[in-house]
Amino acid sequence: MLGFAQLFASRLVKALAILIAIVVMNFFLVHAAPGDPAMVMAGEAGAADEKFVAQLREQFGLNRPLYEQLATYVGKIAQGDLGFSYRQQRPVWSILAERLPATLILTLTAFALALAAGVALGTLAAITVGTWADSAITVVALLAYATPIYWIGLMMSLLFSIQLGWLPAFGYETIGAGYTGLAHAADVAQHLVLPVVTLALFYMAGYARLTRASMLEVRGQDFVKTAKAKGLTPTRVVTRHILRNAILPVITVAGIQAGQLVGGSILIETVFAWPGIGRLAFEAVLQRDYQVLLGIFLVTSVMVILFNILTDILYGLVDPRIQAAR
Amino acid sequence: MTRPLPALPLRFQRAAAAGLLAAVLAIPALSGLTATPVLAQETPVKGGVLNSIVQPEPPTLMLGLNQQGPTQTVAGKIYQSLLTYDQKLNPMPSLAKSWTVSPDGLTYTFKLFENVTWHDGKPFTAKDVVFSTNVFLKEVHPRARAVFSRCESITAPDDYTVVFTLKEAFPAFLQSFEVSSAPMVPAHIYEGTDFRANPANATPIGTGPFKLKEWVKGSHIQLVRNDSYFKPGLPYLDGITFRVIPDAASRSLALESGQVQQTQYSDLEPFEVPRMKTHPNLAFSTKGYEFVAPMSWLEINHRVKPLDDKRFRKAIAYAIDRKFIRDKIWFGLGRIPTGPINSVVKFYDPKVTIYEPNLDKAKALLDEMGLKPDAKGVRATVKIMPMPYGETWTRLGEYLKQALGKVGIAVTLESTDAAGWSQRVANWDYEITTNFLYQYGDPALGVARTYISDNIRKGVLFTNTMGYSNPKVDALFAAGAREVDPAKRQTLYSEVQQILSDDLPVVWLLEMEFPTFLDKRVKNANTTAIGVNDTYEDVWLAAK
Repeated sequence: MLGFAQLFASRLVKALAILIAIVVMNFFLVHAAPGDPAMVMAGEAGAADEKFVAQLREQFGLNRPLYEQLATYVGKIAQGDLGFSYRQQRPVWSILAERLPATLILTLTAFALALAAGVALGTLAAITVGTWADSAITVVALLAYATPIYWIGLMMSLLFSIQLGWLPAFGYETIGAGYTGLAHAADVAQHLVLPVVTLALFYMAGYARLTRASMLEVRGQDFVKTAKAKGLTPTRVVTRHILRNAILPVITVAGIQAGQLVGGSILIETVFAWPGIGRLAFEAVLQRDYQVLLGIFLVTSVMVILFNILTDILYGLVDPRIQAAR
Repeated sequence: MTRPLPALPLRFQRAAAAGLLAAVLAIPALSGLTATPVLAQETPVKGGVLNSIVQPEPPTLMLGLNQQGPTQTVAGKIYQSLLTYDQKLNPMPSLAKSWTVSPDGLTYTFKLFENVTWHDGKPFTAKDVVFSTNVFLKEVHPRARAVFSRCESITAPDDYTVVFTLKEAFPAFLQSFEVSSAPMVPAHIYEGTDFRANPANATPIGTGPFKLKEWVKGSHIQLVRNDSYFKPGLPYLDGITFRVIPDAASRSLALESGQVQQTQYSDLEPFEVPRMKTHPNLAFSTKGYEFVAPMSWLEINHRVKPLDDKRFRKAIAYAIDRKFIRDKIWFGLGRIPTGPINSVVKFYDPKVTIYEPNLDKAKALLDEMGLKPDAKGVRATVKIMPMPYGETWTRLGEYLKQALGKVGIAVTLESTDAAGWSQRVANWDYEITTNFLYQYGDPALGVARTYISDNIRKGVLFTNTMGYSNPKVDALFAAGAREVDPAKRQTLYSEVQQILSDDLPVVWLLEMEFPTFLDKRVKNANTTAIGVNDTYEDVWLAAK
């Protein structure tokens, strides 16, 4: 267990170094784009005078040298302060905190659904390889993977909310309904169905294909033959022997994708008017809202790093040989 | 659809009789009476919530600090100015019940309604008007700063009278009290504070018929009726909800399925408009944009050869087919312009040099300049950077590339985003771009700024970024801004329109029209020159 703690600590130290590099690089990256938030706001407002832009630049601190701005920013980050969005006149953390729940509920639900359905379908396809069931699953997965996600979204909303009227087409909740408690949860769940299914379809396709390929590879190995030879039931062979060995690549990919969940999904959030982080990031790019953008980058980076560490731990649990090899 | 009469006539006509501008002012009273067709019998009903779209989501609703289009549509229900304007651009009462102008055009006296309160219950008085125009807006609002710095003094002789004394006559002054041009802000909240950092900006306090109830960022803005609005019985609506829907296709679906009852400005892409027009529940209109009266053009940098030669610019004008642009790219939205002034703006004159599509003329002009086609048929190469304002502008860029190619002008298209575009245009780092500007009802407010040499200012958007300079044009615009006699003003502006249509500093593309779609249940909306940006105090929803 000491080894585990050591591993964890050394990973944390490395993560910290990576994080500092990310903050500095991102800072220069966002400032390298042409234009600045003051110019964007002048453009939006049709403001045609020097004073307007000058006032904004001064208020935003953009008139100071870049290194000074960086120092201020890093200083704030070190104190756990993500900065201030001058465009929205609010602290970045409160803006993110407002958007995070909507994003997490969307991406986590979709992720869980995609992982469960993907692994199940992939397994099913692998054990029925060559039959119609396998072909059907492969075709569906390929279609879901290849079709633009926003198009699927629009078509689903056209069918289920405009034509059939079963589900709301967009938004997070019914505005002005004032639901509380269970009624509120049911309301949000209703709004959640279409975006979650759309997003999950895409990821599910990836997991299904990956699981199928990996299982087919493992299926032919000697230990599977042994397992079968010693008379285990087919179910036990599949779950305990094939799947457990085949699941590692799926965990790798899922780990990477889980880290990106907090980043939201720009396309889904846009099509379904879902008030999440993805759209916030996209708008922040266009508006050159530097601090918001950097804040999102930072939070996403932290999550990616955390999930990478988690994935490593999970490897060890699923496959003890990896732990031993260290 | 009309505004109910009680708000208008009596006091108003008295004001008109008193004022020198009687001729001008009498028109709204008349149009108010004549535009009372069939619907007048319908009795307004109280209640109901109107759903619309706000896109893109504005950074703030404090209209004094931010005049982005979507801010205006939402905040126009919360804030008010002294005047609003009918669709012929004649002033109508808003917070001012009457006004007079001295014969020399130097003194403007406004009488305010006396029972107006701010949303926090404090009374609205002349003190607020003086603070707004003389202090607040002058500090933070670019357009208002330009207008109110023309004032020698702004005073409040009593609680309900405000007197503006100008340094020199500026008849466009009366067009400067539209709600986004001069929103009234509460002195008791802003006086002595850092305006941009005032925490009250998050909870706007206006005088309007609606108050902000809730703004869930990324989702919606909810306005509710102001029960102590100064006009008894108004507003009719219980509230207005603006939904943030970032995807254009989803916005169309929302309108089509009845989830929103109103769309405006650029909510819908032009290619969606023909389909929506056939929707049985929706009424379509392009009215209500007379005050902004946008004009779009090909903006040409005169610092780049051969774009400095007016023959080259004329060749471009002859090479493009603006009817095609209007019909096939804007799907019929817009009017073909003749010159610099939008035909719905005052002092428009159609008697100017007109450029019909004519490839031979274009080629002849290029030949005359000595620009002969090379082996590939190319006479000159230019870079066009379309505005990054959506699909339609990109399509326009592609059309221009083809059209100019036909006369031997090879086009390289450059792409950019809003921030990059602003940066490059403001700093004159472009060859040709597309642009559009609002004209604000008067050439002195919205037209002159594009063409006068005084306004060549590097680093500033929406100025004379082309670098066009003609002393005659400068003199005519300067005289036009000062001239009090409308007939003389017309002469000055007619002459300047003729000169500009021959100099062709830019190639005018389209007098842009925006589509407004309203569910047929929505009554009385979109009746003034600012259409969807007006207060909606008398808008009501008919039963389903």
